[in-house]
Order: sequence, then structure tokens, then C-alpha cells
Amino acid sequence: MARGELVSIIGPSGCGKSTFLRCLNFLEIPDSGTVEIAGVTITRTGGRWTRQEEDAAHRLRAHVGMVFQSFNLFPHRTVLDNVMLAPVQVKRVPADAARAEALALLDKVGLSAMAGRYPDTLSGGQQQRAAIARALAMRPDVMLYDEPTSALDPELAEEVLSVMRTLDDEGMTQLVVTHDMRFARAASDRVVFMDGGEIVEADDPDRLFVDPQDPRTRKFLRSVL
Amino acid sequence: MKGVVGLLLALVVMVFSVAGHAAPLRWASDAEANVPFVFHDPADQSRLTGYEYEIAQAIARRLGRPTQFVQNDWDGLIPGLQRGLYDMVIDGIEITPEHEQGVLFSRPYYMTTERITVRRDQQGLDTLAALHGHVVGTLKDTTAERMLQADPSIRIRSYEEETNAYTDLKNGRLDAVLLDGTIALYYGTPDPDLKLVGEPIGQVAYGVAFAQGNTALRDQVNAALDGMMRDGELHRILARWKLWTPAMAALTGDATTPDIAPDAWDHYRAATAPTTGWRARFDRYVSFLPLLLHGAVLTFAVSACAMVLAVGLGLALALMRRYGPRWLGALATLYVEIVRGTPLLIQILFIFYALPGIGLRLSPFVAGVLALGMNYAAYEAENYRAGLQSVARGQIEAAIALNMTHFQALRFVVVPQAVRMVIPVMTNDFISLLKDSSLVSVITLTELSQTYVRLSSTYYDYFGTGLLIGVAYLLLGLPFVRLARMAEARFHTGRQRRGHI
Ligand SMILES: Nc1ncnc2c1ncn2[C@@H]1O[C@H](COP(=O)(O)OP(=O)(O)OP(=O)(O)O)[C@@H](O)[C@H]1O
Ligand SMILES: [Mg+2]
Repeated sequence: MARGELVSIIGPSGCGKSTFLRCLNFLEIPDSGTVEIAGVTITRTGGRWTRQEEDAAHRLRAHVGMVFQSFNLFPHRTVLDNVMLAPVQVKRVPADAARAEALALLDKVGLSAMAGRYPDTLSGGQQQRAAIARALAMRPDVMLYDEPTSALDPELAEEVLSVMRTLDDEGMTQLVVTHDMRFARAASDRVVFMDGGEIVEADDPDRLFVDPQDPRTRKFLRSVL
Repeated sequence: MKGVVGLLLALVVMVFSVAGHAAPLRWASDAEANVPFVFHDPADQSRLTGYEYEIAQAIARRLGRPTQFVQNDWDGLIPGLQRGLYDMVIDGIEITPEHEQGVLFSRPYYMTTERITVRRDQQGLDTLAALHGHVVGTLKDTTAERMLQADPSIRIRSYEEETNAYTDLKNGRLDAVLLDGTIALYYGTPDPDLKLVGEPIGQVAYGVAFAQGNTALRDQVNAALDGMMRDGELHRILARWKLWTPAMAALTGDATTPDIAPDAWDHYRAATAPTTGWRARFDRYVSFLPLLLHGAVLTFAVSACAMVLAVGLGLALALMRRYGPRWLGALATLYVEIVRGTPLLIQILFIFYALPGIGLRLSPFVAGVLALGMNYAAYEAENYRAGLQSVARGQIEAAIALNMTHFQALRFVVVPQAVRMVIPVMTNDFISLLKDSSLVSVITLTELSQTYVRLSSTYYDYFGTGLLIGVAYLLLGLPFVRLARMAEARFHTGRQRRGHI
């Protein structure tokens, strides 16, 4: 992926999209293969996950933010605390600076009024935007999204997608697993189609949606469009 | 000059040798409900008294040593002696072949007989033979109990506290009580509902008990007792308590009958005379307050410390089981199973009396806190485990994705949520811990429930004192209930706010 790109991953249910995404920040430990993000490279050739590899993964995760389908906000902390927690505890940012940045990020995702609320008092769209702010607070180079809008009603989904478009305009690098074909086609620089645990083809959205090369892609697109 | 130095030297040696001799004589007894042996003066609960208390003081004086009294439960007296908690025990311990297996005895310092006590309206139960087929109370492990066992038709009720035996006699649960003359005199005669009947039966000798092998101290005490018998000090003490008997005259060869007023006996009777009127009752309860406060403070301190330990250790155990390596988890599971599978009382006794065997000597307070804390940790561990399990897997993943270490994820994300989940259960556990803390009375700690035993048995007032102690426990538990409510409210703010929307 190039810096500043927005890439969507599509494919039938169970084809390994989430698994692939989770391998990129080692929430899932791949058996073999190489992950390279922002200058940190980890190569696996099977065997036990070692202490050194965990340390390398820790360095790599510093560059990667992740947003989940079910938000996974920390329910025992306010929205503001959710956003501040990792910068303060992991990066040792002074609390004042972290708070200022967190408020700025919440403002950016349109949640400045919600800073003092607890997550379960927010709508789904608000929660997902708070989760994006939380990931951004660690100043990642890449954002990973695993079906960020699947749990949301269309109008709430739109709030989230518009935040992602704004980030794209600002030059954030984003990798999005999605079932939302309209978004994939309109917002992506490139679209990846996966099936059976592997990448079948990756192309410019206009080409992939209009003239897919692989029969499996064609079959999938026929079923969803 | 030389002379002066020599004099100084001699002085130093003297001071040191006096200091060396002045090591306190540590002696133990169970001063709860133990009239007339060693007990708290009903007129002034902070003062110990009793004819054996006075004998102990006289012995120490003759040995030139100050005394240090150690309170211990009756059942713990001999184990404590063997553990070296104190040098000797004086508590009406009968010199019997069985007891001689376990301890070393002094020469007898008191001889008495068994006496039958019945309710005032009862007739015809004045010999051992007449007790045939009746329900008879006594103390466990005594000569009286063995006498009763000789007739299988007698239904024996063996008590730990003599007061309970006499109370049951008054309540009609027993037909008679057979106990040592000393006890019968003090419990059976002042009570208008009871009477002593028949002739003295058999003979019992009391001795001072030492750890097996401590013949040096035994010999010194024997010499002191000898002196007390010869110069009449023992006679004076016993006469003041109205306990001088023909058997004592025979034992000491002292046939004199000096005119000694039974002032100790009179004092006891006056102090325990049934109170009449609310005013007197109220004054008596007010006089209990310092003792109650002392017991409450100890109960609170033991419970609070044990709770802190239980929470910390319990959490560690739960984390080991859920996130630790397999062998550590197995170890934690084993701990939980063992602790939950054995009685708390045994654990307390084990920690206090058995651990010194491997060189671990703990003070009663520390042992009590440790035993209670380690016991409750096992239960807390189970609570936390359930709490940890209820925290969604996505929470850890979100934390790891934010580049927290596993430890940070547990500390900031998982554990706080688990704790919130288990707080209501924890509250209940803490309140039962408060009540279970009464078990530490077996290792010499006079906490709230032990205070109840002492006060109620001194005044025969189980009802009023019981209400007082009950209120004290409730007051102690209240802060914990409130604290838990507050914590719950704090943790659940999110949920409550949703209710407003
Ligand atoms: N490359 C792979 N190697 C091994 N296992 C795989 C691979 N790809 C997918 N799997 C397995 O397939 C199952 C489904 O994968 P995953 O959840 O990633 O699918 P998905 O595309 O995200 O589906 P959905 O659209 O329903 O979310 C998982 O149990 C995963 O372990
Ligand atoms: Mg998925």
C-alpha cells in the first residue's frame, strides 16, 4: 500500500478478511509470511511466537490503529478517558497534553459534546466515531477497519464513513474490510477481492467493479450488486 | 581507685543479674467464664482476679519475677504451652494420668471434690447412683465426666463453659450438673434457682502445667508452693475465696482455723447480684462499653486486614488461573480447592500452632489475619474468575491494538471491569468474613464474640449482652455495605445514565 491510500477489502463471508486484517497487527499470529508497516518488518516461518517477536509487534503496533465492528470501547471509562488512556499509559504523554489532543480529536469526529459521557449512553454511530478518535490518539500511520459500519443503521453508518473520507482527504492511510460496495467503489483508491483465504485480485475500483478479471470475483459481484 | 572500679563492676554485674532474673513469668489461663479460677472482676472488667490469679501472683513474687498474663482459649492452653507462647498454665487443670502424658505438673496446689447441683425444687438426686437414667451436665475431659461415664444410663451433656451447663440446668434441659466443688460453690450457691445437694464425691487435684521437660521452672514453682503452704499464704488466699477445705488441710498439714474474712467471695457475690430496675441495668451496660469497643476494634482490624489480603491474593489467583502458564494455573486451582475443602477453624489452628514447627512463628494477630485472608482469597478468586470471564474478548483486543502490553490491558481494562462485576458478591463475602473473624478467638484474640462470652457468662445475661454485641456487629458491617453501595453506584454510572435518556 502506498502512503495516503484508502484500500477496501471485499469478499464472501468467511473468506478470511478479518483474519487477514488481524494478522497485520498480530492480534492473530500468522503461521508464515511477512508483514511490513512503516519500516517495521516481521517475518514468520512457523514455530512458537517468541518474546523478540512480541517486542517487534509492539513496535509495529505503534504505527497501526484499529477499529472494530463492535466498537469495543471501554465501558467503565468516559469517552474522553477512552481516548486518553493509551496515550497516557503507553506513550507517557502528560495528562494535560493528552486531554487537549483527545478533545481536539473528539471535536474532529463531531463528539465534543459527548466527552464526559459513558460509551453505552451513545448511539452506535457515535460509539464508532469515538473508537476512531481513540485509535487516532495514538497517531498511527495506518488505520485498519474491520466492517466498521456493519452494526449500524444506514444514516449512522454515513456519519462514520464521512469521518473516514475526511481522514482520507487529510492523507491518512486506511485499509477497510467492508460489505458496503457503494463505499468501496466510491471512496477507495484500490479494492482487494479475497476468497478462500487468499487475495484473488486487486485493482482500481472502477475496473474491478466493471470488468473483473477472475470468474470468482465476477460471481461474487453478481451476488451482491 | 581500684576499689571504686571493683565496686562499680560489682554493681554492674548486680544490675545485669537482676535484669536477667526479671524476665517476666509468662503464664496463661482462659479468663473467659472462668469463675473462681481466673476471671475479669465483674465490678471492673479491666482487672483480672480469681484465686488462681492470686496464686500465680504469689508464685511470681516468690520467684522474683514480674508476671505477664496470656489469655488463651481452654482448648488452646496446652498447645500454646508446647508452642512456647508462655511458660506455664494455671487453670484448674486436673492432675490425671492422661494429662501427664502431655504436660509436666507441679505438685497439687488445690484439692477439691465433685458436687451435684440441681434446681431448687428438685428432690432425690443427691448421689451419683441417684443420677441413674437422668440428663446430667458437666465439662468435657474432666474427672466428673469420667465418673458419669461409669453409668451408661446417664445421658451426659459435656460443655466447654460451665456457665452454659448451669444455664441449661436452670432452663430445664438438664436434671443435674456434676462439677468440681470450686465451680459448684460459685455457680450453684449464689443462684436462687439452684442448690448443691448430697455429699462431696471423689477427689480432684489441680496442678500448674509446664511444657514437657521444663523441670527447672517446675522445681522453682514447687518450692514456691511449698513455701506458700508452710507460711499460710495459700491458706489465706483460699479462705478469702471461701475455698479452704478439709482436703486442703490434709494436703498441707495445716489444721489451723484462722479468722479470715471471705472478702473475695463477698465481693464477687455483691458484684454479680442480679440487678433490679432499669437504671442499674443501664449502668451495667454502660460499664461494658470499653470492653465492647476493644473487642470491636480488634474484630474490625482483623477483618479489614484480612479483606485486603483476600482481595489482593484472590485477584492474583484468578489472574494466574486465567492468564498464567498452565503449571501456575494448576497450582492456583490446587490452592483454591484445598482451602475451600477444609474448615477455616482448622486452618487458623494450623497456621498458629503447626507452622512454628517449621520455624514460622507468627503473632496471634498476624496468624489470624493470614488465616482469614488466605481462606477468603480462595472464594474471592472464584468470584474474580467469573468476573474476568465475563469481560468480552474484544476488550483485550482493543487494548492490545492500542499497543498496551498484556499487563496494561489487564490492569486498565479487564480487571476494573471484572471488579465492578463482582462487587455485590464481594460485599456479602466481607460481611461473612466479619462474622467468621470470631474464630480467631481460638488463638488468644479477644474479639467481639469472645467479649460476649465473657460478659454474658459473668452476669448470666445472655439476652441483653447478646443484643449489645449484635448491634456492635451490625454497626461494624454497615460501613462495608455502604462502601460497596457507593462503589457500585460509581462503577455503574454509565448504566444509570442510560436510564435517564
Ligand atoms: N488464510 C487463512 N489461513 C487459515 N485460516 C483462515 C484463513 N482465512 C480464513 N481462515 C479461517 O476462516 C474463518 C473465517 O475467517 P474470517 O472471520 O477472517 O472471515 P471473514 O471474511 O472476516 O468473514 P465475515 O465476512 O463473516 O466477517 C476463520 O476461522 C479463520 O481462521
Ligand atoms: Mg470478519
